Amino acid sequence: MRATRVTRLNYALCVLLVLSGLAIDARAQVTAARIANSSKEPQNWLTYSGDYAGRRFSTLDQINAANVHSLVVKWVYQTGATGKFETTPLVVDGILYGTGPDNRVFALDAHTGRPIWLYQRQLPADIRPCCGRVNRGVAILGDKVFLGTLDAHVMALDAKTGNVIWDVAAVDYKNGYSFTLAPLAVKNLIILGVSGGEYGIRGFIDAYDADTGQQKWRFYTVPAPGEPGHDTWEGDSWKIGGAPAWITGTYDPETNQLFWPTGNPSPSNRGEGRAGDNLYSNTLLALDADRGKLNWYFQFTRHDEHDWDATQVPVMIDQGAKHLIAQANRNGFFYVVDRASGKLLLANPYGKVTWSDTKDADGRPVAMKGSAPTPEGRRICPGAAGTTNWMSPTFDSQTGLFYVNAREQCDIFSTAPQPYEAGHAYYGSAYFPADDTEPYWGALRAIDPASGKIKWEFRHPSPSWSGVLSTAGGLVFTGDAEGNFIALDAASGKPLWHFQTGGAVYAAPMTFALDRKQYIAIAAGSALYTFSLP
Amino acid sequence: MPVKPDMLLRRTLFWPTAFLISAPGLPALLMLMLASALLGAQDHNPFAGDPKAAKAGEFEFRINCAFCHGLGARGGGRGPDLTRARKRHGDSDAELFRTINQGVAGTAMPPNGTTGQGVGMTDEEIWQVIAYLRSVQVKTPEHPLGNAAHGKELFYGDANCSGCHMLEGKGGRLGPDLTSVGGARAAGYIVDSIRNPSRRLAQGLTEATKEFPQEYETVTVVTPEGKQITGVTLNEDSFTVQVMDANQQIHTFAKDKLRSFKKTRTSLMPAYDTSLLSDKDLQDLVTYLLSVGAK
Repeated sequence: MRATRVTRLNYALCVLLVLSGLAIDARAQVTAARIANSSKEPQNWLTYSGDYAGRRFSTLDQINAANVHSLVVKWVYQTGATGKFETTPLVVDGILYGTGPDNRVFALDAHTGRPIWLYQRQLPADIRPCCGRVNRGVAILGDKVFLGTLDAHVMALDAKTGNVIWDVAAVDYKNGYSFTLAPLAVKNLIILGVSGGEYGIRGFIDAYDADTGQQKWRFYTVPAPGEPGHDTWEGDSWKIGGAPAWITGTYDPETNQLFWPTGNPSPSNRGEGRAGDNLYSNTLLALDADRGKLNWYFQFTRHDEHDWDATQVPVMIDQGAKHLIAQANRNGFFYVVDRASGKLLLANPYGKVTWSDTKDADGRPVAMKGSAPTPEGRRICPGAAGTTNWMSPTFDSQTGLFYVNAREQCDIFSTAPQPYEAGHAYYGSAYFPADDTEPYWGALRAIDPASGKIKWEFRHPSPSWSGVLSTAGGLVFTGDAEGNFIALDAASGKPLWHFQTGGAVYAAPMTFALDRKQYIAIAAGSALYTFSLP
Repeated sequence: MPVKPDMLLRRTLFWPTAFLISAPGLPALLMLMLASALLGAQDHNPFAGDPKAAKAGEFEFRINCAFCHGLGARGGGRGPDLTRARKRHGDSDAELFRTINQGVAGTAMPPNGTTGQGVGMTDEEIWQVIAYLRSVQVKTPEHPLGNAAHGKELFYGDANCSGCHMLEGKGGRLGPDLTSVGGARAAGYIVDSIRNPSRRLAQGLTEATKEFPQEYETVTVVTPEGKQITGVTLNEDSFTVQVMDANQQIHTFAKDKLRSFKKTRTSLMPAYDTSLLSDKDLQDLVTYLLSVGAK
């Protein structure tokens, strides 16, 4: 075991040496080809999930199960901002790019945390963020970084100076639209989905020319009259049907397909007035990346009345010759679908579920009678925040396991009819903590995607909002609501190291390397922490 | 919708500043608050006695307020019972409007529109909520039926409440400070908490001195030296626990160093059944707590 580790470490150091040599030549430009081959330059983190497949797995193994106990803080960057700090930073050739609340963007010297430039957007006073003035990160392509803003603009900033290169309004924010996700750079396109499922928006996914900011295509996630799927909406309800697309999707360069999940129909907890399946809410969309045309779709939750956004990263995994997508859904089920067709292969609960006890002919869990919210309120598990939410999972190619932070919490769901008014909150719903004797708790769970079974779990005292990173060092990293950043053995779930950051974690970890040294980074509280071996 | 996570967590590092919009937006926010304070600075509810407005207010209440104040405004884990005629931060329409619009500094009550969810209520909607609260408010204030002076004697004497609870700066520290409980909870809730303290721990009640809700769970540990210590949790995470023992000593432990660690939601407080506290004495005690809370 020891010999293997040493060999692996030496190998990794060699790879790093070679790559850091290469990196100097490649420094000028981040190309789409580099992102597509991100595993070949593990010293960098080029896109939100680390790779196009959404795996958030790194081949770096200098930090491993044998030495992680000696991990120390290398540097800390304070944003000075209040509110949830949700960024996954990117690292390209020694420069780290991250975002903070209120659409701050910062470029730091990744060796030291010293700022190189800062950009702060002047946001209007009347923006409509639903759940905090948050942002999850930038995309990088060429010599630009790309940001979606809380006032629904898409921006390109110069990667070396932070200067604004272009700035386009995607839609009028006053009607409840915003961007919170990290855009995805594909070929020469910047792709992002909109937030606003609590304002009665009509959701969409947009693609912009990275050079000019010109919109190349838009896919509306709620079909207009005459389009397929329109008949799944009652009357004019489609116009305010929601189905936002607020988490970064994944991309298969081989088939040139985007896999992008969508969120709740509006209003979220009240189905009255929008009879039907409400396509494409809570759906995984497979879109042609060049044109934004729909190839196939799989709807996780039909006619949702519990706010089961499907906005969780759809992870591309392979089992032998089988090309699949795995998603731990907010509704409490772990799904595996075929990547070529969207055919459902597996749907297993990975947390406590009381809203569904049956499956349809395709094997899809469906809401049972008596699960819909009522004016008096009805207790349903999972609770309003779901068994998971937007926090990133990881797929570890070495263990073959899928890791996700699960929330064990039930809530009372109640309807609260509201008229629609443009730009006003339009929930149609309310929820309360159930008067349980057992308080909420959470757990990092390792799921075998072949069976959907839980291999191990590590319990948190309260549900965590942290994403998860896995590495070839045999480790998974995650954070918790109590402020701990934790390294666990990927095979057993045994905690091997932890650090109290002093602030709750609402972000996903990432890793990079500089000068033959591996770093782990996590946003917590209002600070970005990096760790390395001494 | 991704829900307001700060409000869903217990034991979480709670960011009081999370309700504040950061610097660049602050002047604009203050202007807005000032403007809306002026607009809303009327003394009387334009919807007073309007049942339709009260109904609309009920829905607004569910969406904006019930998470803490409970369905029907009867109080939740964090928020006081609002069906009581007497409100701690002012009973008049204008005072209620101010409380809802500006929040209450130093408490978990945030200003309108800063919960991180939605853009808040309009003035009209706030007045509708007030119309709703008036419609569910008990028509007569809870009469102190018992003898408050005797209740006070019990609190500091035979019932030994003050061994663990503080009231206006006097008493113990093991249980929650009860100075404001009589202003926040209905008599029935207090009775229930005395007769059956384990049924509902003080879950989620955020105190002014804490940035996170304390739940007063009972914990028993055996230290590496073999000493058994029982107390209430002051705070806890995956790796550590902070405990106050029955002698009001604070202990801090790394969980992996302990020989054993057990936590229950059976309260350390004894259940005061009628053999410990007669119905009449209970009534006197509750009357005393209500009288302190009414101050």
